[in-house]
Amino acid sequence: MKHTESDTGSEREFSFGAAQSEVEVTTADRLREFYREFIYKPGLVAWEDRRTRIGAIIMGIYVFIGTIGAWLYREPSTNQSPRSLRPFETLEAPLGTTGSGQDVLAMVIHATPEMLIMILSGGIFATGLAVLIGTVAGYKGGTTDRVLTTFSDVMMSIPGLPLIMVLAVVVSPERAAVIGILITINYWAGLARSIRSQVLAIREHSYVEASRTMNVSTPRILLKDIIPNMMPYVLVNFANAARYVVFASVGLYYLGILPTSVANWGIQLDNAYSQAGALSGGGTMYQLVVPMIAIMFLALGLILLAQGMDRVFNPRVRTRLAGESGSETDDEDTAAPTEVMT
Amino acid sequence: MNNYYIKRTGRAVLTLWVTVTLTFGLIRAIPGGPLEMLRARLVRQGVDPSRIDAIIQSRQQESQPIYVEYYEYMSSLLSGNLGESFYFREPVSDIIIDALPWTVFVMVTATIILFAIAVVWGALIAYKEGSTFDTASSGLSILLSSVPFYVLGILFVVVFSYKFGVFPARYRTSPGISPELSFLFIQDALYHAALPIASVVITQVGLQTLAMRGNSIQVLGEDFVRVARLRGLSDRRIATRYVGRNAILPMYTGFLTLIGFNLGGSVILEEIFTYTGIGYYMFEALINRDYPLMMGIFLVITTALVLSVYIADLTYGLIDPRVKSGDSNEAY
Repeated sequence: MKHTESDTGSEREFSFGAAQSEVEVTTADRLREFYREFIYKPGLVAWEDRRTRIGAIIMGIYVFIGTIGAWLYREPSTNQSPRSLRPFETLEAPLGTTGSGQDVLAMVIHATPEMLIMILSGGIFATGLAVLIGTVAGYKGGTTDRVLTTFSDVMMSIPGLPLIMVLAVVVSPERAAVIGILITINYWAGLARSIRSQVLAIREHSYVEASRTMNVSTPRILLKDIIPNMMPYVLVNFANAARYVVFASVGLYYLGILPTSVANWGIQLDNAYSQAGALSGGGTMYQLVVPMIAIMFLALGLILLAQGMDRVFNPRVRTRLAGESGSETDDEDTAAPTEVMT
Repeated sequence: MNNYYIKRTGRAVLTLWVTVTLTFGLIRAIPGGPLEMLRARLVRQGVDPSRIDAIIQSRQQESQPIYVEYYEYMSSLLSGNLGESFYFREPVSDIIIDALPWTVFVMVTATIILFAIAVVWGALIAYKEGSTFDTASSGLSILLSSVPFYVLGILFVVVFSYKFGVFPARYRTSPGISPELSFLFIQDALYHAALPIASVVITQVGLQTLAMRGNSIQVLGEDFVRVARLRGLSDRRIATRYVGRNAILPMYTGFLTLIGFNLGGSVILEEIFTYTGIGYYMFEALINRDYPLMMGIFLVITTALVLSVYIADLTYGLIDPRVKSGDSNEAY
């Protein structure tokens, strides 16, 4: 079947507006439908799963700390409290202070907003680019597919961490949003590949073929017919990309490769490890443990979200929970955990 | 089928070429460029300013059009010349030849161990799906994978090396032990590699276990497993021949990619353990702005990753004869 994109003349004779005039669909209706299909139902399924619930709560706590917490709690500065306080000694600095009198809790709290920005920019960049390249390559096929697939294959084969490090030294980025994008500079490639293979299956569905026969433009088919099918998968991978951003950024800050102008848990780890004498008998272990816990819980929240959201894949679970189907059939989730890059 | 191998080889070569070109471009994109770096280095060495100017002048006359430089860069790379390290004052290739085996040893061992554990553990969980054992194991897996490997590495160094002194905190062997095929050497090398290997295995085993669990559960639901049960085959035979084989297949590619990924991660790991593999030298190069060494190691790690994925793709057809490769789809 040959698809004629440039044939605009045919639209006048063969109008699709007729179908819309019979059943009036208002914007409000469409919004409500969108809400039901893409927010309420997946949300319900996701919430039903204990993992997602805990993950969402953890993420909520981090967002709270990163916004209101950082606004309420004082900023870290040297000599704001007596030096080398142990945790739980004073109310002034509940988690103790460093050797230079900085409040450990304040340091952890004030590193959170930047981390959240990094996660967001990195996640949006990685999943956005992956969806764009993956869907276009999978749907268009032919030369477009070959070029885009080769491009993502090449990007995928370049090791992420060393590439980021080399780029960080050359670019020396200061803004959290830029760092997020830099870290996911080739993370999207693997995701684009798996999205492409899913699109290859989706594009054979009859409703996609129907749209194509009706001369609907390619961007519209991608947007309306193909991408909505993959939203859960994309969300799961958003969480995975976010975790990768957390691990990589803290690691880079720990190594001291990224500029230290931004507060980060990695810098805190590095200071505690090298300067505060955490090595000399573990007397200042708390300075290491506090940022470690901050990193671990954020990663835990993201993993739980990703693992739990996998269930949204399963359409049977979704309709049953939304009360649209009464069948009490098997709800075992056979969905394999999505491919994760550690 | 042959066509596929040719294409795949072409892609591997293309990737390496892109990386080489990228490093070439990056070295020139560095603020100041190579000449400014040379000047800074000479100033640090305390060379007389007028002499520095003379040296820079003489170098500037040598500067050629970019394509000539590119050609020379490529040809020297192809003959194995990666330049000389500013910081260590040794040819980059010598440093890499000395360091690479150690990193490969640590990372390959760690990845093999973690996959062995993941396959067995994941399969066991899958058989007991829904039990308390399943819930506890899955929970533990998730908890373990929320720890970055370097965080566990720091904890290990602080606790085991400095507090209790049971494991060495630095270097790949004890001083005075020469690399030879003796029991003492092997024992010492393993002793020094134990903590780095452990921190990689413990933090990465969780996600692989969950992947194996998912694969096994999927295979357990297949018709051929049911038929095998109906035929009255022993559980052991079903577990190894029918379920195990099919569940491990999708993890094969992941295994080789993870080795490549871990080679990249060695930069952080080896800095923590002061383990002088290529990751450690890459870190030193990054901190000291030693660009030839930095780019040399970057190229080596990329080559390793490209090769491991290449091998994975080429051999996958041997392991799983069902896979058909090089399919093309109708273009819209």
